[in-house]
Amino acid sequence: MRTYYWMVIPALALFLIFHTVPVLQGFYYSLTDSPGYGSYDFVGLKNYASLFADDRILDAYLFTFKFAVVATVATNALALAIALGLNARIHFRTALRGVFFIPNVLAILIIGYVFNYLFANSLPAIAQAAGIEALSTNILADPDLAWLGIVAVAVWQAAAFNIIIYLAGLQTISDDVREAATIDGAGSWRQFVSIVFPLIAPFFTINMVLSLKNFLQVFDHIVALTNGGPGTATTSVSLLIYSGGLEGGEYAYQTANAIIYFLVIVAVSVFQMRVLQRREMSA
Amino acid sequence: MKRANPWLTALLAACSLTVLIPLYFTVITALKKPAELAGAGFDLPDDPQWANFAEAWQVTNYPQAALNSALITVGAVILTLLTNSLVAYAIARNLHRRLFKGLYFYFVSALFVPFPIIMLPVIKQTSLLGLDNQLGLILLYVVYGLAFNIFLYVGYIKSIPRALEEAARVDGAGTWTVFWRVIFPLLAPMNATVGILTFLWAWNDFLLPLVVLSSPSARTLPLVQYVFQSQFSTDYTTAFASYLMALAPALLVYLFAQRWVISGVLRGAVK
Repeated sequence: MRTYYWMVIPALALFLIFHTVPVLQGFYYSLTDSPGYGSYDFVGLKNYASLFADDRILDAYLFTFKFAVVATVATNALALAIALGLNARIHFRTALRGVFFIPNVLAILIIGYVFNYLFANSLPAIAQAAGIEALSTNILADPDLAWLGIVAVAVWQAAAFNIIIYLAGLQTISDDVREAATIDGAGSWRQFVSIVFPLIAPFFTINMVLSLKNFLQVFDHIVALTNGGPGTATTSVSLLIYSGGLEGGEYAYQTANAIIYFLVIVAVSVFQMRVLQRREMSA
Repeated sequence: MKRANPWLTALLAACSLTVLIPLYFTVITALKKPAELAGAGFDLPDDPQWANFAEAWQVTNYPQAALNSALITVGAVILTLLTNSLVAYAIARNLHRRLFKGLYFYFVSALFVPFPIIMLPVIKQTSLLGLDNQLGLILLYVVYGLAFNIFLYVGYIKSIPRALEEAARVDGAGTWTVFWRVIFPLLAPMNATVGILTFLWAWNDFLLPLVVLSSPSARTLPLVQYVFQSQFSTDYTTAFASYLMALAPALLVYLFAQRWVISGVLRGAVK
């Protein structure tokens, strides 16, 4: 029995030092006015009160949620459609599956830089040649459109992983079930709605929860594409915590922001799992 | 049996171009002269400029960054496999005890803590402990990986029959020996999954190296691309050569181990 203790103690110690202690420290600092260095005073819940009156914070949350919800829906719709295609009788299935998974092995930051160039130079050139007015300038420089560029890159990268999960789900459905439905005269759409989708519901739940949780923490994409701009139009919560906390002398204030952010992410994840799992049951 | 559908194949192939075109674009841009960049830029270079790679190699000090990335990734993968599986084993075999059950939930609950909440304190802590370097990063990947890896390993170990261990114990093997000789080899499929996920995470990560590493000589490949953005500003051909060299190692590994990587990732996700 003692051996088992020795197996977990070193890991537990390291986990305490590098994870639990920082969480507690973060909470402690959130109750002070520390700029991240030098002396500081204890200010109670003042930071939390200020957060709710700060337009910068509010805008960052609004942007982050708008981005995360749209990217989650788009990623899952696209991934499910492609997975359905890959699961059907097609040529070169393995090769195509291999291609669709590529974005998952690439660094988001670097992909972001490549797309940054595409949005800034190639897309406008194509749009001008084709006479599409709306896309003839760099969308990343437009405060109203920049977020769509970030969504595009996020979906491009995240769909890879979700496709593979949906494929795994689709492969759990036996051919007999679908053949029986075909014999009963159910068309493709009817089969999808009544049979396929309910059967892959757990996979849908996993993908929706993980996508939303990941997108709410969006950071790399934004650093590479807009760095939060134009102005502060695409400043996500993560980016604000990073830039304000490290470079803006708002260490304590942004730590308080991070605590709220943590509570929001947990609340959203739990809520989402409840709703989706209830739907799984009733389906 | 129905025959394969050529139209659907064509449609999916067309969709796959959305993945391939940006990669194609990266390759051709890396090989162009600056003067060839005008317009949409999807045409092939007239005269491939291999010198762009030499330029990017020098500007970003590629060997150093690649070595750092490799060292950190390999270190993180090996240490994660050896330690996380061990901790999970001790927990999985004692889940009926309140203490170990508590430990299990304690580790796994960290999955819900977003990194920004600990980011600022961790920066202070690593620099205080002299761990604002490659070694510190390896340690952080191993420790932060615990949350998800323990979840994966424990689920898998529970499905391994205890009879195998008991046979070894009857022959006089202690708990350590049982783990290394009997359990660890049986964990091979889960080790592959954890190894692949850790590799992809450590190799492609940007935020943790950005905030933890203090010395320029410790920079990883993604971090180097970030640091050199201002120098690349107008020199797009060098920049793209640099991007391609940073993406290439993971792409090549994936090309040769595709099935293995996909099935590994899948095993982790379906758990």
